[in-house]
Amino acid sequence: MSDRALLEGSEAVARAALAAGCRFFAGYPMTPFTELLEHMAALLPEVDGVCMNAESELEAVGMAWGAATTGHLAATGSTGQGLSLMQESLSEITNARLPLVVFNMARGQGDYFQATRGGGHGDYRHIVLAPMDVPEAVELTRLAFELANQWRTPVMVLGDYYLAHTYQAVSAPSISGPAPEVPDWALNGSSGGSGSAKVISPLGSGVEGEEGFDMGAHYAACAAHIQEMSAGVEPLVDIGFCDDADLVVAAYGSVGKFVRYACLRLRDAGHRVGYVRPITLWPFPSEKVQEAVSGSARVAVYEQNMGQMVDDVRLATLGAVPVEFIGGPSWDHSGFGIGPDITVPDISKRILKAMP
Amino acid sequence: MSADQIYISTDKPPAEPAALVDDFAPSLITQANHHLCPGCGEPIAIRAAVEAIEELALADRAIAVFGIGCYTAFAPNLDVEVVQALHGRAPSVATGIKRMLPDGFVMTVQGDGDMVNEGLQEVLHAAARGENITCLLLNNGVFGETGGQMTTTTTLGQRTKTSIEGRDPHQHGHPILLSDLIATLDGAAYVARCAVNNAGNVARTKRYITRAYESQMAGGGFSLVEILTMCPTGWFVDTLEGPDYLQDTLAPVHNIGELKTP
Ligand SMILES: Cc1ncc(C[n+]2csc(CCOP(=O)(O)OP(=O)(O)O)c2C)c(N)n1
Ligand code: SF4
Ligand SMILES: [Mg+2]
Repeated sequence: MSDRALLEGSEAVARAALAAGCRFFAGYPMTPFTELLEHMAALLPEVDGVCMNAESELEAVGMAWGAATTGHLAATGSTGQGLSLMQESLSEITNARLPLVVFNMARGQGDYFQATRGGGHGDYRHIVLAPMDVPEAVELTRLAFELANQWRTPVMVLGDYYLAHTYQAVSAPSISGPAPEVPDWALNGSSGGSGSAKVISPLGSGVEGEEGFDMGAHYAACAAHIQEMSAGVEPLVDIGFCDDADLVVAAYGSVGKFVRYACLRLRDAGHRVGYVRPITLWPFPSEKVQEAVSGSARVAVYEQNMGQMVDDVRLATLGAVPVEFIGGPSWDHSGFGIGPDITVPDISKRILKAMP
Repeated sequence: MSADQIYISTDKPPAEPAALVDDFAPSLITQANHHLCPGCGEPIAIRAAVEAIEELALADRAIAVFGIGCYTAFAPNLDVEVVQALHGRAPSVATGIKRMLPDGFVMTVQGDGDMVNEGLQEVLHAAARGENITCLLLNNGVFGETGGQMTTTTTLGQRTKTSIEGRDPHQHGHPILLSDLIATLDGAAYVARCAVNNAGNVARTKRYITRAYESQMAGGGFSLVEILTMCPTGWFVDTLEGPDYLQDTLAPVHNIGELKTP
């Protein structure tokens, strides 16, 4: 059962997480992530879940790591600096093959590289989903937990100030659904004394006794798993008006929603523009982007940063179509990622300037 | 072991098969061979920790969270469920586990570099929260695994690879006495310091660890057992001198005894 309600993005995401079976959350306040922590603290006890006021982001991600080893769905999150602090753990959690959902309410779009490149040490990637608004965030939150469980990997939901703080009418997910069953690999202590007690380790199992840890074999297995995810996770993308477009504009997240609307208005005015909005940022929907832009003369990439996703668009198109960056950093006095230039008129002007 | 078993006669087939190192290991240690140095105190401390799990019948609900140090290499030898954490970060990981499995038994195994240097904030907050877990600190006063550099528990005058003339308070600051610090926190229920440099101290170690476990199972809150361990390799002393070096260098500063009991 779900009812339509006017919800703040943070609350909608918190409810969607609980509906997906999330039973553990740990976080540390930071704008614009803070409200998600507040809603989790209010809602999790209603489903016998646990929300921890971690003393730092280092501890928040550590606590979520521990909860994840018990097979219960766990999540954490933060913003910029806090996410930077968590990266050491996110890298190791990926190698320990644990499901975890990470809500990144970023300030602007300067953290695209951090989110999509494996922001910590080591040769790894994890799944990244970028919703454009609250209803899509509800859907992608559900998907994030599903993918985390299916692939046993961290999945990041990359939002921003707009997503976290905008109130929108959504189908409010019922939080009282059953949590998924605890999987076989999870720990509860009961395999102790059996002769082969379970181990969850970013260093590999090490259960071969005298062999100790075989890091070479473990890293090879991790690399194979990441390749499997890269090929196996369905790339998601939102495409509009690309069939006869002279110019295709690429953008992601809530900024992508502004771009989408600008393209719609420009179409109404007779301009042949299309848009492509990657939703899975990793794996990047390269083939779909390539296909979408194949008939156009030019691609323009709009981001609220100095140009990061533009690299992925260039890699996806491999020089077949010229790719131009038309975005740029845009900050108001708060520094929280509210961009005074993120307006339909401003974006439309940049798009028209890029028209071939 | 009797003398007959030690001196095996080779002029006739042995009456019994030779005793192997595994024959002396507690049942929750599946593999007694290990990669730690001869004379290292850490396997002795871990053995005591594992024997106490067995004696309190906690084996089927125990989860041990390991930090990063030489002891990490011993984790695969245990027949207890293990979660490998990052350097310094075991207490937060243990917290997440314990909160989801409140009836479970959750402990951490960390060194002085891990717990008192890199992860001091984690253990302080876990203790202050009264987190119902048991943390074991294997304190040898050096970063053993990286080759014997100074940690914050290194005592004044102690020579290490990064305090070559001895730890000088003007240059290197003063040691942190972790158990003393933790004992001041209201959330800490049981805090004790012991050592493994002689048979009496090993027995005391086992006793303290047992009390810490009992405190956790009674829902008492945070417990810490600090165990002074020999590191002849990192101290650059002969293997057999390890126990005396511990007595002369670490024990006078990190005083042995129970600091807080329920
Ligand atoms: C973040 C981080 N910094 C540094 C290291 C390198 N490192 C590995 S083991 C170790 C020393 C461990 O010292 P301690 O915890 O005292 O254990 P010991 O080796 O003495 O038993 C260090 C510094 C690391 N693994 N991670
Ligand atoms: S270096 Fe020290 S702590 Fe490490 S195994 Fe050797 S003796 Fe033990
Ligand atoms: Mg040490």
